[in-house]
Amino acid sequence: MHEKKAEIAIITGNQAAANAARLGRVQVVAAYPITPQSSVVETLSKFIEEGELAAEFVTVESEHSALAVCIAASTVGARVFTATSANGLAYMCEQIHWAAGSRLPIVMGCANRAMAAPWSVLNDQQDSMSQRDAGWIQIYCRNNQEIMDTFIQAFKIAETVHVPVMVCYDGYILSHTVMPVEVPRQEDVDAFLPPYQPHLTLDPADPKNINPVTLADPRLNHEGKLCHGYMEHRFLHQEALLQSTETIIAVGQEYAERFGRDWGGLYWGYQLEDAEVIVMAAGSLASEATVAVDALRADGIRAGVLGLRVYRPFPKRELVAAVAQARLVVVVDKSLSYGNEGPICGDLKAALFGRDRAPALHGYVAGLGGRDVKARQLAETVRNSMARLDEGMLLSDTQWIDCRI
Amino acid sequence: MGTRDCKHEASISSPCIGEAGDTGHWRTVRPVLDRSKCLAVKANKPICFQCWAYCPEGVIKKQIGCEIDLTYCKGCGICAEVCPADAITMEPETGEQDR
Repeated sequence: MHEKKAEIAIITGNQAAANAARLGRVQVVAAYPITPQSSVVETLSKFIEEGELAAEFVTVESEHSALAVCIAASTVGARVFTATSANGLAYMCEQIHWAAGSRLPIVMGCANRAMAAPWSVLNDQQDSMSQRDAGWIQIYCRNNQEIMDTFIQAFKIAETVHVPVMVCYDGYILSHTVMPVEVPRQEDVDAFLPPYQPHLTLDPADPKNINPVTLADPRLNHEGKLCHGYMEHRFLHQEALLQSTETIIAVGQEYAERFGRDWGGLYWGYQLEDAEVIVMAAGSLASEATVAVDALRADGIRAGVLGLRVYRPFPKRELVAAVAQARLVVVVDKSLSYGNEGPICGDLKAALFGRDRAPALHGYVAGLGGRDVKARQLAETVRNSMARLDEGMLLSDTQWIDCRI
Repeated sequence: MGTRDCKHEASISSPCIGEAGDTGHWRTVRPVLDRSKCLAVKANKPICFQCWAYCPEGVIKKQIGCEIDLTYCKGCGICAEVCPADAITMEPETGEQDR
C-alpha cells in the first residue's frame, strides 16, 4: 500500500462524492441543483473553477438535460458525472432508460430523497427504487467513506461492463452529515482507474447512427450481417447486468487491496454468521440496524444485519445463501412499490420461492419522507416479528414502523 | 442462426444503402411510371424531378424517366402524390406475401 499517511477530511457525503469525481478525473459534469444533492455539484464546480479538476462544467436548465449532456459527452468518449435526487431523478427518467440501453458507463449519484407529492426534501429511497427497472447498476452506501470509495469503484465497474452505475446514499443522513473520510491520493486512484476507453464513439471519419429505430426482428445490414433486433439488445443488456456481479466483486477486492477498505461486494454482514433473525435493509438504515442488533444480542437474541449494497442486479443466489440458516428475515424497506410491497422484501421473497431452506420473511416500511428511524424502533420491530413468528406467522403483510395514522 | 456474432453493444447502423435490409419487402403497393405522361420524358429534358425530390428514401434516380429502386422502395406513394402529371400510379404488389 502507500507509505505516506492519507489525508483524513471531515466532510459530508456530498463532499465525498464530489471528491471521488475529482479523483476519478471526470471530464464533463452536467448537473442541475436539487436538495439534498446541491453541494455535490457546487463542490465540483469549485474544483473546476480553481483548476483542481480539468473538466468541462455544463450548466443545464434541467435534470433531463443534465443526463442528456452526459449521454452525449460519454458517447464521444468522455468520462462523465452527474448527481441528483427525487424529482430531479424523475425528471431525467427517459434519459435514465436511454443511458442504460445505450450501454454507456455513466456514473450518477442519487442523494436519496422522498418523491413528491406530497413535497418533501427529506430522505427515503423511493427515488432510486422507482428507477430499479431501467437497467442501471444500483449500489447503496452506508457511510461517507463508502460513498467516496464506491464512486471511485463505480467508474471502473461501469467502464468494464458498459452499464451505467447509480450510487445511492441517504439524503441528509449521509449527504449533509460530516464524518471522517480518508481521501485517497490522486496517484493511487490513477493507478487503480485508467483513462476511459470507449467501446464506441461518434467519429466523423467513420459515421454511424447510434441507437436508430431498432425494429422487432433482426435485420441483415449492408454487409449481409444479421444485426440484433430490439429484443436481442435487451437480452445482452440483461446478460451484462447479471454478469456484472463478478466485476463488482473483483473491483471491490482490487480496491480493498490497494486502499485497505473492503465494503463487502454485493452485501455486507454484521453478526450475520450465526444469526437466527436477520434485519435486512439498504444504506444508512442497515448501519443503524447494527446498533439495534447490539441491543438484541445483549438480551440474548441472536440477531444480525444483512446490509444490501448492490440492489441491481439483485444478487439472488448470494442472498438466498446468506439467509438460509436463519429462522426469520425482517426486511425494512425505506420505500414501497405502491400496490404491492417493499421492493427489497418483494425481491427477496421471490428469490426464496420454492427453496428447500427458506426463512420466514416479514416486511416493513419505515422512514418515509424523512421520518426518523431509531435503533430502538428496529429492535422493537425485531422482537414483535419474533413474537408473531412464534404464533405461526411465516409471511406477513407489510407493516409500517412508526406510522402515526 | 442467431445474432450473437453481431457484436454491436448498442444499436448501431451505418449510413449506407441497404443498411435496413431489403425494405422493398415491406411494400403492399408499388409505384409504376407511365412514361407517356412524364414531363421530363415528353420534353426529353432534365426537368421536374418532383418524385426524386420528395422520395423520403432516396430510391429514385434523378434522371429522365426516373428509375425507382424496388429493392428498397417501401411503397409510401409520395412520388405518385406529388407528380404534377399524375404519371405515377400505385399498383397492388403481387410479390410473395409474408404470413
